[in-house]
Amino acid sequence: MNQPLAIEVAGLVKRFRRELLKSDYTTWKSLLLRPFRRDRAADLLTVLDGIDLAVGPGRTLAVIGENGSGKSTLLKILAGIYKPDAGQVSVQGRMSSLIELGAGFHPEFSGRENVFLNGTILGLSKKEINRRFEQIVEYAGLGQFIEAPVRTYSSGMYVRLGFSVAVNVDPDVLLVDEVLAVGDEAFSHKCEDKLNEFKRAGKTICLVSHDLSAVKKFADEVVWLDGGVVAARGEPARVIDAYRQVVARREDEVGRRAASRGELAAADRWGQGEVEIVAVRLLDGGGQPHVVFASGGPLCIEMDYVVNQPAEAPAFGIGIKNSAGVLCYGCNTHVDQASLGPVPQRGTVRFTAQRLDLVPGTYLLDVAVTSSEGRDYDYLVQVASFAVRGGPDGDVGIYRPPHDWSLRPRGESA
Amino acid sequence: MLLQRHLTELAKHHGLLSALISRELKGRYRGSVLGFLWTFLNPLLLLCVYALVFSVYFRIQMDNYAVFMFCGLLPWVFFSGSLNEGAGAITDGGSLVTKVLFPLQVLPAVKVLAAFVNYLLSLPILFAFLLGWGVALTPKLLAFFPVAAVHILFTYALALLLSTANVFMRDTRHILGNFLTLWFFVTPILYPLSQVPEKWRTLVYLNPAAVFALSYQDLFFWGRWPRWDLLGLLALGSVVLLLAAVVIFEHYKEYFAEKI
Repeated sequence: MNQPLAIEVAGLVKRFRRELLKSDYTTWKSLLLRPFRRDRAADLLTVLDGIDLAVGPGRTLAVIGENGSGKSTLLKILAGIYKPDAGQVSVQGRMSSLIELGAGFHPEFSGRENVFLNGTILGLSKKEINRRFEQIVEYAGLGQFIEAPVRTYSSGMYVRLGFSVAVNVDPDVLLVDEVLAVGDEAFSHKCEDKLNEFKRAGKTICLVSHDLSAVKKFADEVVWLDGGVVAARGEPARVIDAYRQVVARREDEVGRRAASRGELAAADRWGQGEVEIVAVRLLDGGGQPHVVFASGGPLCIEMDYVVNQPAEAPAFGIGIKNSAGVLCYGCNTHVDQASLGPVPQRGTVRFTAQRLDLVPGTYLLDVAVTSSEGRDYDYLVQVASFAVRGGPDGDVGIYRPPHDWSLRPRGESA
Repeated sequence: MLLQRHLTELAKHHGLLSALISRELKGRYRGSVLGFLWTFLNPLLLLCVYALVFSVYFRIQMDNYAVFMFCGLLPWVFFSGSLNEGAGAITDGGSLVTKVLFPLQVLPAVKVLAAFVNYLLSLPILFAFLLGWGVALTPKLLAFFPVAAVHILFTYALALLLSTANVFMRDTRHILGNFLTLWFFVTPILYPLSQVPEKWRTLVYLNPAAVFALSYQDLFFWGRWPRWDLLGLLALGSVVLLLAAVVIFEHYKEYFAEKI
């Protein structure tokens, strides 16, 4: 307990002038016309409001939160790039920040020259870079490309080289901003390995990320920033869960508001419109409109239609795609041989799934009315989107069958 | 105290300074066919243009006019180049300002020093011309060192101020470009001081750029010591200007990352 803290932040407040955010630069003209308009309290936007942090040496802290919650600002203050308006910030030991990879890279210079340039910018001496050069090049995996101008690199190569230099600074405290999100699969594994290596070596890490599964994997402690204040902190699983719930609730509210305006916004739409779909609603089991559904819970899709020209036995259908565009399920009343009876001039068709056994994620809905021969009267692509949440984290795929696991020793019968 | 800290930080980062200066110099012509040769070709071609206009078309009556003009033109190129580039040093710094931590005075310093290195590299051409036109090189050339030192001090102070101003008022750079043109013509570079009517001469001495131009002309062309009295005053003025520039720069630099 008496060990000195690696990162200590007390009562941190950061405000930005609103004027800056409007990117309304002061010009000589505006300065002459209204010289006293600056520095009014009303023009200030508080981005961080009374943040306290204490990170012991060798611990990994992750900061999560929605966009604009102040995460990156906090990291930049820790890095010393921004000055706090109030409060104390102290970071012990040599610090390296993975905020910008490849800062100062000159596109016309070779990878080799840029390693020296970037390394110097990050605070390494020429001797230190020389000593680590082989290691840096090998880790970046560029081979002979190290002699080629950086402008000829793919973005992945560029990032790898920048990352390689930054992690070879050999810091005591490492600040990481979203770098796990760039690069390909192999690169993210490399990043994770490197972070693990840092952890084993007893370095202190402060991580800002939207990748919650990575956060769960690495962090010893999670701080959730919401609107510039700490909404929750502590044990990763608990904080992440709380965060997820709030995000889901907000998504739901936003989606409901859009839905309540009753607009039909399809990405694409075709058909002669003999039968027209005029509204689509997503409902939960109780008939309440929602855009976030629990995995394994019920889902209702309602569509209001109008018959414009007499059409023979129209079939109503739905299609659910995941965010990768994979069709997860599709069917229509004709395929299901559902007997709807006579189709009046106006009405509402309801599709009810008793169990929505999809893995958590975002899904898109297509709806259509077709003739019995399959000609489209009205076809709407991506007319609505909804999210599936809940259940354990980390299962993959599309379909989550209701399931359980068991084990029996050899020799026993099931 | 603040000045001392400002300069110590600069000196402490000499490795970074030299790395960025060589980036600036090497990067400028990288990818061009002639490459670094442009460092020498540019002043040469510049000289040709001015020599053509003022010796052939305007027919200025003066012995070795082209060489004389060159003596003042090269330091002016250093000066105006430093200010033009220096004004944008912070605003063009991009991620170096917003995402990495190091003393930001390095950026304008790099612009000034890179321009100065360019100036030094063009001196052999100047010497070749002086000798070619039969102008003797004298021990008075030693005065180059103090003159250049004051010149760098003065230029850096201005670059520091301009780079700060440009962060908050992006018009600075555009105003500067036009102002420098005016400044160039009121400075006795294309014409000797003797062309200036007697009653205006005192006014010329009030122009720092003129004092530098005259000093370089003295030590390169006329083979005499520069006016130490004027230079001493200018050195004093430069230190005061630098002090003011450092105070302003250090006060505003915490906003740079937010403003860009």
